[in-house]
Amino acid sequence: MRRPTAARAGARALLVMIPVAFVGVFFAYPVTSIIGRGLAPHWRLDLSPFGDVLSSRSLRHIIWFTVWQAALSTLLTLITALPGAYVLARYEFRGKRLVHALVTVPFVLPTVVVGVAFASLLRPNGPLGGLGLDQSPVAILVAHVFFNYAVVVRTVGGLWSHLDRRQEEAARVLGASRWQAFREVTLPALRPAIAAAASIVFLFTFTSFGVILILGGPRFATLEVEIFRETFELLHLPLAAALSIVQLLAVVATLVVAGRAHSRRNTALALRATADVARRPRSPRERATIAAVLVTMTVLLGGPIAVLIDRSLSTRSGYGFGFYRALSTLHSGSSLFVAPTEAIRNSLAFATAATVIALVVGGLASFALASRRSGQGVTRAGFDMLLMLPLGTSAVTIGFGFLIALDHPPLDLRTSPMLIPIAHALVAVPFVVRIMLPVLRSVDNRLREAASVLGASPARVWREVDLPIVARAALVAAGFAFAISLGEFGATIFIVRPDYPTLPVVIYRLLTHPGVDNFGAAMAASTILMVVTAAAVLAIERFRVRGVGEF
Amino acid sequence: MLTVEHLVVQYDHTRALDALDLAVADGETLCVLGPSGSGKSTLLRAIAGLEPLAAGRVAWDGHDLADVPSHRRNLGLMFQDHALFPHRDVLGNVAFGLRMQGLDATTAAQRARETLALVGLAGFEHRRIPQLSGGEQQRVALARALAPAPRLLMLDEPLGSLDRNLRDHLVLELRELFVRLHVTALFVTHDHDEAFAIGDRVAIMRAGRIEQAGSPSDVWRRPETAFTARFLGYNVTTLGNGLVAIRPDGLHLEPTGPMEGVVRSRTFRRDHFLVEVELAGGDVLEVAAPAGDLPDVGDRVRVSADPSAVVTLPAR
Repeated sequence: MRRPTAARAGARALLVMIPVAFVGVFFAYPVTSIIGRGLAPHWRLDLSPFGDVLSSRSLRHIIWFTVWQAALSTLLTLITALPGAYVLARYEFRGKRLVHALVTVPFVLPTVVVGVAFASLLRPNGPLGGLGLDQSPVAILVAHVFFNYAVVVRTVGGLWSHLDRRQEEAARVLGASRWQAFREVTLPALRPAIAAAASIVFLFTFTSFGVILILGGPRFATLEVEIFRETFELLHLPLAAALSIVQLLAVVATLVVAGRAHSRRNTALALRATADVARRPRSPRERATIAAVLVTMTVLLGGPIAVLIDRSLSTRSGYGFGFYRALSTLHSGSSLFVAPTEAIRNSLAFATAATVIALVVGGLASFALASRRSGQGVTRAGFDMLLMLPLGTSAVTIGFGFLIALDHPPLDLRTSPMLIPIAHALVAVPFVVRIMLPVLRSVDNRLREAASVLGASPARVWREVDLPIVARAALVAAGFAFAISLGEFGATIFIVRPDYPTLPVVIYRLLTHPGVDNFGAAMAASTILMVVTAAAVLAIERFRVRGVGEF
Repeated sequence: MLTVEHLVVQYDHTRALDALDLAVADGETLCVLGPSGSGKSTLLRAIAGLEPLAAGRVAWDGHDLADVPSHRRNLGLMFQDHALFPHRDVLGNVAFGLRMQGLDATTAAQRARETLALVGLAGFEHRRIPQLSGGEQQRVALARALAPAPRLLMLDEPLGSLDRNLRDHLVLELRELFVRLHVTALFVTHDHDEAFAIGDRVAIMRAGRIEQAGSPSDVWRRPETAFTARFLGYNVTTLGNGLVAIRPDGLHLEPTGPMEGVVRSRTFRRDHFLVEVELAGGDVLEVAAPAGDLPDVGDRVRVSADPSAVVTLPAR
């Protein structure tokens, strides 16, 4: 056992301080401001905004809708994605790695793009317009399934691909039918992963913003959307703050449940290397299962994307790149202050800055978390939770918090262009930690010991053993942070300045203004955004450390 | 009675089982002995219905099992490394098959307790699987496979992960149990001692086929092929004008011996030394020599063979 020296302890404290300070200033402080606004709008305790929330029928309706759509979305996502998780975990087939990578694309697609894709699919003259689902809850639910499919495939499939297949076979030989073997043996083993995936999906759909803003129309709103409306359309900040508090409480409750499920993972399961578990299909029945799942994936995940691309190319004068060319010009009567191409440049710059910030903060936090010994469970769990909170706390809360907290002394960042990358980094940090931390923790200490016995100095051990593994995780995290920043909408819409719009904001503005040209331009801009994000994700898929990490 | 005829199992481009024939009579213990990779596990899995057959058939008392799914075959399979259910306790594991047969929980638990007592694990009912030692896990796996009273019990290297002493002990126990319960068993292993100790009959497996089958003493005394002979530890070489297998204890270092070679190595083996002698043709003989008058590595020596220890093999 090494004895931490004073110097090492000091260095470690510094490692912890940077992320703690970041989260403190840019998350805790704004959130406290929101709570202050909600509870004591004029420096006096005043619960009337809460009274407004509870007495208003429409607000109660919104809370109810937020809860049930999230619950139903979660259930539907599980039902749809579990077969996908099964097939990807248990079978080898040609193109599997590509499928695995492509499945992740919807998850990182900007919410606005997803909303636009489904809107174009379901609008009265769209391919599925005949179903009359435009602006219905069904559209929202399907969009949520589309979005979160990968969460279930990754989280549940990740565990599934390590479960010893012979457990089921043993059950089969002992007289259990396929279904019995699944229910009695596989399902109990998967339960922690399913619970973890379900709580993540619930969190994401509970705080869904972009998708509902576009697909919900005037009738359906979540708390997120309502906070946005109260802020910008009704200019009723105390009520928005009160709603944010309600939302925060719900999120914390879900996080606690999720944390419980998380800590129970990997308990005494018979885990095996993936290669032992996945094999080629052998019977016609197995081949049919794989085919059915692949078809479902193609229709569900590929369909909306295909329609989006198709619409972006369908100009009034036939197929072509007209809408794309129009993006570089700012025509009169436009609702925009700058040409959309300008927004692409902004988005890329913001994403780069956000990635750097998120990597530094998240990376340091991961190192600090990984190097702690398990004895300090409570501190660690608390620190863990503090970093995860922004993940659940919804982008809108972050944006709203920035809006009311950082626009006056002591921290007046209203005019600083850094505000947007900081907000994006805050959203991305939990993902960075979730990607890097398991990898850091998984570095087998015997590898370090082996290197050291073979003659490597401590610095050399770090360079030869830790760094190559960590570097890959950092690349993956960077890709995710980049993609998240590119697509971030909920926080951005609160703090964006008209002369520095990001691409998702431009898409939203185009979409909320009528006209074929605006719609086409929104499609073209969405397609560009989708291609850039997808490229980032597919690139990082190559660097993934197999079997470790969650997203 | 189990009959396996011309069984073929194909994995991508390799044939795991290659037109294999086999029969196990009621009450008999057949031991399939083969090196790793010879398809032993696949054979058991194919019989259990866990592997699709490319050709051939598996039949019970003459009835083809092709349309009978795994869970209706009423066979027991003890997996290598046991594949116990980690989320159930010992009793839950053993009672599983009984519950699947439709027994109510109380009866199933009662029968499971009896089976546990049979394998010497009375009182272990509510232990959790990770708390058990290797030997205990092996017994739980055995009890789990035995509890539903399968018409055939198949065991895949059941003692593979245990240490030598425990194995020797458990082999005897298994043998006794099989006889007492009149179990029909198909036992798979790569360990000769285990196979000869436990099998009423032994079948040598090689690359997806049965190379030779018979009573343990027949197979041991009369290997029919060079592969079987080598696998059993015989020295294979040409003597006179034919290919022969010579039992390891039938070779001696003797100045007048008919074979001549160079000493390659000497290994200490408790009560003797094992001397490796490379003959002119390239064959290597392992000769047991008493400690004391040992040749050095590189010395030229002559080797003789007891006529009774020499088995003639078909030409290469």
